[in-house]
Amino acid sequence: MTKVLVGNVKDIDIKGSRKLHMAGTEIALFRITSGEVYAVENRCPHKGGALSEGMVCGSKVHCPLHDSRIDLHSGNVLAPDTGHVKTYEVEVDPDSGQIYLTI
Amino acid sequence: MSAVRKKLVLVGNGMAGVRAIEHLLKLAPEAYEITIFGTEPHPNYNRIMLSSVLAGGADLNDIIINDLEWYRSNGIRLYTGHTVTSIDTVNRKVKTDKGVEAGYDELILATGSNPFMLPLPGADKEGVIAFRDIKDTQIMQETAKTHRKALVIGGGLLGLEAARGLLHLGMEVSVVHINQYIMERQLDEAASVMLQKELEAQGMKFLLKKQSEAILGKKRVKGLLFADGEVAETDLIVMAVGIKPNVELARGSGIDVNRGIIVNDYMETSISGIYAVGECAEHRGIAYGLVAPLYEQGAVLAKRLAGAQTEGYAGSVTSTKLKVSGVDVFSAGQFIEQPGSRSLRYQDEIEGVYKKLVIKEDKLVGAVLFGDTSDGAPLFSIIKNGENIKGKEKELLLGISSDALGSTKGNNRLEAMADDEIICGCNGVSKGAIAEAIQSGGCTSVGDIKACTKASASCGGCKPMVEGLLQLYAGDKAVKVKEGICGCTTLGRDEIVAEIKRMKLMTVKEVMHVLDWNNEEGCTKCRPSLNYYLGMLWPEEYIDEKESRFTNERYHANIQKDGTYSVVPRIYGGITTPADLIKIAEVAVKFDVPMVKFTGGQRLDLLGVKKEDLPKMWEELDMPSGHAYGKTLRTVKTCVGSTFCRFGTQDAIGMGIRLEKAFERLNAPSKVKLAVSGCPRNCAEATIKDFGVVAIDGGWELHIGGNGGVHVRATDLLCVVKTDDEVLEWASAFLQYYRENAVWNERTSTWVERVGLESIKQALENREDRLALKERIEATLALTTDPWKQIVNEPELRKNFTPITEPETV
Repeated sequence: MTKVLVGNVKDIDIKGSRKLHMAGTEIALFRITSGEVYAVENRCPHKGGALSEGMVCGSKVHCPLHDSRIDLHSGNVLAPDTGHVKTYEVEVDPDSGQIYLTI
Repeated sequence: MSAVRKKLVLVGNGMAGVRAIEHLLKLAPEAYEITIFGTEPHPNYNRIMLSSVLAGGADLNDIIINDLEWYRSNGIRLYTGHTVTSIDTVNRKVKTDKGVEAGYDELILATGSNPFMLPLPGADKEGVIAFRDIKDTQIMQETAKTHRKALVIGGGLLGLEAARGLLHLGMEVSVVHINQYIMERQLDEAASVMLQKELEAQGMKFLLKKQSEAILGKKRVKGLLFADGEVAETDLIVMAVGIKPNVELARGSGIDVNRGIIVNDYMETSISGIYAVGECAEHRGIAYGLVAPLYEQGAVLAKRLAGAQTEGYAGSVTSTKLKVSGVDVFSAGQFIEQPGSRSLRYQDEIEGVYKKLVIKEDKLVGAVLFGDTSDGAPLFSIIKNGENIKGKEKELLLGISSDALGSTKGNNRLEAMADDEIICGCNGVSKGAIAEAIQSGGCTSVGDIKACTKASASCGGCKPMVEGLLQLYAGDKAVKVKEGICGCTTLGRDEIVAEIKRMKLMTVKEVMHVLDWNNEEGCTKCRPSLNYYLGMLWPEEYIDEKESRFTNERYHANIQKDGTYSVVPRIYGGITTPADLIKIAEVAVKFDVPMVKFTGGQRLDLLGVKKEDLPKMWEELDMPSGHAYGKTLRTVKTCVGSTFCRFGTQDAIGMGIRLEKAFERLNAPSKVKLAVSGCPRNCAEATIKDFGVVAIDGGWELHIGGNGGVHVRATDLLCVVKTDDEVLEWASAFLQYYRENAVWNERTSTWVERVGLESIKQALENREDRLALKERIEATLALTTDPWKQIVNEPELRKNFTPITEPETV
């Protein structure tokens, strides 16, 4: 487990996302309206859609390919679809806004 | 900005005042230097959500409307925890209890209201509170940890919400009410009794027809004494008997005050330069205590301050909804019968459903709903627009016309179909899977089936078949749920558009908030449609929300199945030059584009491009976006026409280029395709396009509503015109009429069938009407810019195309 500085909250638009490559995996970072930042593997379990390109509604992201909904807290795919996406622990320094990811 | 900004001071950091400021910032962002004073220590929050906080559905953070960052980024000076104590109306200055002074050119009073506290002996004891702000909510939460019994005085809307919250916190709660039934201002007796039963089942107790006389206890409240001599023991008393406008500051400053601060239709008080909005204001004798009127008032005030023309505020018709969990109650208008009115009722004590409509002179004037409030919003809009409902009364009462569910036509074919036959082609759902969802999965509506199997969740083309199967397998159990534009609302497109216009709603968030969306931040269906409707209605003021657009439109490229994108430069009328072809080819080579293909609309498609490369490619191509994505004008397909063809009667290429240049970048409810053929042989296939132009000898035939996609349809002939300018005039009018009237995501082919060719012909028949439509489309088009260029030039937009900074380990 390593903790990595990956950027600053201001680099991510609200309801937007940025992706990053790490340890051979593509990870999507999301910043939701409340200001919280979430990180999940950037791959929808349905047909591999890039979640970073999806629309963020509340704390869910809709896959851009076929509209599967993924809960960013748990990584669970919501009904009627099924599946799970790997999530990563994110810490945001409240003063500097720096984002740390634990891999 | 060089001009000196005028000073605007807002007293009251609540929903009404800040709402007016938000609106003003959109209309005239540079006009004022703004200062806001608020007594509470918080940024602007949504007071009506306090009951959700108390009932455990939301966190305090969830109800903040504008966080501190919003004030900062809009350059607003905010003083929280400051109470304005005086206004110097001569020298135009306000002063706070902490000694801060601020001068103003314009002053808005939005001081809200105070809870009305019954002047009972003992009302100053510890444990006697109101239900009004965050502090009250926190006291209730704290008290529940150490005490058991609570009394709420007041069986109105607010009292019941407070009581429900206290129940949720684990307290024993009794509601004390002076009347013989609760919520008498919103409900008739029948609905009130049903509501009481329901709340009793949840554990609430009621002390009705009780007049409170004194509060007992030494330091802290112990009990409540009633006029009949009885005593109720309690550890907490919440008074929720009403509110009174907070007018002290205004009164002390010499502003005319009645119950509230008196304002005219432009929210102006009796002193020039001072305005009042929201619960503190009294307009035509009414001081409102609900959210919708304050939005309407705020819109008028904002326009006035921005120097924009506006009609005055004319008062609001209001509706009420109870927000306590498990109970749905709605009322609007005059819901009690009066001389000259008639009523219709439906009461089902088994299901706990009650519905009453009050009708006067063939118009709906009031309604009460209990148990199922999904018809509340549509009924409310009928009440407000005053339409004649003669002959539709029973349909309104029962929700559906009697024959809507009954039809069995076509079911024989569905019955004979094999179980493995696919009904929903998009999501691969078979007839058997749907049958199973109904028979053993318990689905009783199309919505259920959609949620359970995904059938009809994508293009929706199979919905009639899904409805048929529901009929077949569920029979009488089938429920026809009123479906709004998506699962987040029961409102349809027309209702939403009407409300946006009426209340001058300006953002997606605001629409969801004011129209009671039941899903935080909506979904991929409603967000893009609201974004479109707002942009269509307010082309000049509305700021497009890119986060409410689908991927393709956010990144201005078409996402492919492997996550790569495609790039299609605009090639007007399908005509290019050798130089442009070389440029496209060079870029394709340089960026290693895996496939170059001609599109179905005569353009060049560079497929398989990595997202990171998009801005660089656009920069090097230096061509406008072809908009081969999104709900907008795609291409204008052409044949060779008279330029080379031996049959061509007119210049199809020239006309195609002219049309494409006129309408490129146009946002529409769905994608729009045009074509121009140079003779009736129709090589450009103009008769399967949204707007098709076919040259004839000496003129042009104009066709509409064609489609070569999901719903193959040949066009209908709209008319025949002689000149090129007339083609432009009709195309503009038709496209704008479609933009203003179609449902989001509705192609012209389905729209023409839904509304009928005749209605469209009629709307476009008069030249005056056509020119007005043309003017509106031109105004909208004048505001568009090329998205590729914009992204190339703006680092803030461009950053989203690259991975975030290379990580470093801590």
